[in-house]
Amino acid sequence: MTLFELPVLLGIVVAMALLRLVRASLLVWVLAWWIGIYVFVSRGFATPVPASAQHIYLGIVTLALFAYVTSSGERIRSFVDPLVNFAGDGRYTLALVPVLLALPALAAYREYVNAKVPVEPPFFARTVHPSPPTEITVHDQKIDMLGGDNPLRHLEKDDPAKFAEHVARGKDIYYEQCFFCHADALGGDGMYAHGLNPAPANFIDQGVLPSFQETFFFWRIAKGGPGMPDEGAPGDSAMPEWERFLSNEQMWEVVLFLYDHTGYRPRAREVHAEGH
Amino acid sequence: MNPRLLIAAAIVVLLGLGGAVRVYFALENQAYHPPVRSLGVESGFPREQALKDIAKDREAKAKAKKYEAPTYRTLPFVSSRVAVWVVAQLHLMFAAFVLAVPMFAFIIELIGYFNGDKRYDRLAYEFTKLLSTSFSFTASFGGFLTFLLIMLYPAFTNYLMEIFSWTFFPYVALFFAEAGFLYSYYYGWGKFHPVVHLLLGLGVNVVGTLIMFIADSWASFMMTPGGVSDAGALIDPWAALDNFTWMPINIHRFIGNIAFGGSVAAAYAAWKFLGAKTDEERAHYDWMGYMGNFVAISAFLPLPFAGYYLAREIYGYNQALGIMMMGGAFSWLFIIQAVLIGNLFLAANYYLWLGMGRIEGTQSYQRYVKYLLAAIAVCFAVWATPRSILASVSEIKAMGGTLHPALGVLGVMSAKNTAVNILILTTYVSFLFYRRTGKRPTVAWAALGNAVQFLIFFGVSGFVIALGVYGYFVDAATRIGLSIPQVLSVLIGMVTMTVIDAFMLRGAEQTGETHWGKLPAISQYVLIFIAVTFTWLMGLMGYVRSGLRQHWHVYGVMRDQSVDAFTPTLGFATQVISVIVIIFFAFIAFVFWLSSLHDKPDWGSAGQGPRGSHGPGGGRH
Repeated sequence: MTLFELPVLLGIVVAMALLRLVRASLLVWVLAWWIGIYVFVSRGFATPVPASAQHIYLGIVTLALFAYVTSSGERIRSFVDPLVNFAGDGRYTLALVPVLLALPALAAYREYVNAKVPVEPPFFARTVHPSPPTEITVHDQKIDMLGGDNPLRHLEKDDPAKFAEHVARGKDIYYEQCFFCHADALGGDGMYAHGLNPAPANFIDQGVLPSFQETFFFWRIAKGGPGMPDEGAPGDSAMPEWERFLSNEQMWEVVLFLYDHTGYRPRAREVHAEGH
Repeated sequence: MNPRLLIAAAIVVLLGLGGAVRVYFALENQAYHPPVRSLGVESGFPREQALKDIAKDREAKAKAKKYEAPTYRTLPFVSSRVAVWVVAQLHLMFAAFVLAVPMFAFIIELIGYFNGDKRYDRLAYEFTKLLSTSFSFTASFGGFLTFLLIMLYPAFTNYLMEIFSWTFFPYVALFFAEAGFLYSYYYGWGKFHPVVHLLLGLGVNVVGTLIMFIADSWASFMMTPGGVSDAGALIDPWAALDNFTWMPINIHRFIGNIAFGGSVAAAYAAWKFLGAKTDEERAHYDWMGYMGNFVAISAFLPLPFAGYYLAREIYGYNQALGIMMMGGAFSWLFIIQAVLIGNLFLAANYYLWLGMGRIEGTQSYQRYVKYLLAAIAVCFAVWATPRSILASVSEIKAMGGTLHPALGVLGVMSAKNTAVNILILTTYVSFLFYRRTGKRPTVAWAALGNAVQFLIFFGVSGFVIALGVYGYFVDAATRIGLSIPQVLSVLIGMVTMTVIDAFMLRGAEQTGETHWGKLPAISQYVLIFIAVTFTWLMGLMGYVRSGLRQHWHVYGVMRDQSVDAFTPTLGFATQVISVIVIIFFAFIAFVFWLSSLHDKPDWGSAGQGPRGSHGPGGGRH
């Protein structure tokens, strides 16, 4: 999948090259950069960039261009002089009229575009990976979320054959239970995923599996959407509480499979500098 | 018309209105009225008797009431959390200021002592003038905070006393020592042998830093308690003091204070510059602002790494706290942080480019400004890109989640670390250009020196970017470890470039003179902007550190049972922080004004010139 709209990028590059050829003035260059970046962030990506991010980028560009123009007297003059000439010189009076008309028209058009935005329900921002409690109880067994480990993990070194068996069982469980939502390739885009909000976790994404320890995923699997802490609200995740259907060992096996299949390693535990 | 008639009419209208209001209230009054009876049967109604009995009963109960130590008390109108928050933050800001200003006053005085340039001495003294009032404000806010804590959170304060009372006597003793050093440093300006005076300055700094270290232990204990049992009983006093985040906070605050103090002092110079009447004054305050800003930015460059160290220890103490901070409810504050820090870098560079205007013959470096700017803008954009973007429902559908397929790549640590390192390097290059403006090296190997510097710059940039890209392909622990070679390469690059530059410009030909004070006014607003942004950042990040505890007074040990045991919304938190910043600058403006009184002519002696000539230190001006 291509990430960018190549014709748009090409258009921007060609326009810039043309400006270079005609030796445009600073004023034109500043406008060109601003418009070019605006077109790039609003039209240049295959998946549109949300308005909030667009505002951040254009804010930065505006600040940077302001800093550039005003950072020396010479540049201020070469930016302002054409504007003053255009506004004050009798030769341009005729050209000034359409510009003066165009400015309010542009503002009106912008208002029109803003007003035309379809009404949408507000989006409730939620924390995608809420921090876990320090301890959970699953099937009468206490799991230490901070210091605990996957009880099967040690087999990876101690008994690789047995480890592979557990991984294979984890794989079976995954494809019996999880893949409907989390997908064949673990990308979170299974056949039911499109009906779900929030979307199922994407295990391919490197911000998910490597960012947490195995206990985190055990907790999410065992307690599901209903076990989401308040901070992950609105907790309307459709993830079932798998502790109702699976044993602890089965859930640890699924976790093993997730890491084994994607090749990621669980997050290492930070060690205090002085070994407290 | 007859005025008497008018007055009479007005009185009638007023009386009529008053009557109407009276009748309205009489009709609306729902309270119990005893029925109107003749005076003969005044007493003995059951209701009145009952009221008396109730009052008696209440009094008896009040007398029998036993003393119970309250866990919390409340204030009218403002929540306890906000009250303590505002006062603690103001105390901290003033404390940071009174710790930082002597630090560079001392450094500047030291430079002046060695190079014999009287300007440095005058500058150091001018900074020190801001201190005495600020010192009183710091102590006043500290006292206010203590009273508030005792009043609003008595049980919690009592617990802290239980753990830390042994630190109080050294703290008080250090405070006395600090007052002694500070005032003898200030009033003794020009009265002692310069070395004695410098030693006094050193004393102010050492004692001030020790005071901060002690206070840091109380605050860091609340977040990452150590040395106590699971139920909170004190086991090891030293472990309570030397808890997980104590040293990282000490270091982070120590460096941050210098940056903060430098920026506020630069803002002071900017304020004086803008009000200056003569070219001489403008030249002096321009130079003062430049020095303050130089100190601020120099201290600012290593600050992100001290921040990483602190964050790492937070993760080390409890991963849930770390996740909460960087991936959970508080992560959005880091986007605001990124925007503010990006602005700081941009402003710092902008100030240097504007500063080239003071020097003749800047053309050779002006043409590089656009490339530096492009690098800064790109890094700024990378740093400010959120991992999960705030979006409307339709935007989220289009992205298939809150993660943008292309921009999501920029939302992780590898990208951010790379961006901040390149930002630092670019700012350094801007400074190098500024330094070299108006000078032409005369050494034979100048061309080679330039080429080597050029190679170092691009080599380090390439290395930092390569490590950043490599970070995407390794696990989290290795990735975090990569930030160390990134930082080290940038530091080594900067040091080697500085050394080469120093030798290359030795005996350089002066091609243009520096005209201090010949600077557009906008540069001074930039200095004020930098100071405000620093203050804002301190409030913001201080809130993150403190707010991480969530519903705990002492994390995992003592729960917050008050009505404020919830994490406020980000919007509310940022508003409180902004109000604190405004209050702080109102106080700072007062301090600036007070210190400017010193230079005003005496009462009744208008026109006889400023008094500064016979004020403290006048002899060495």
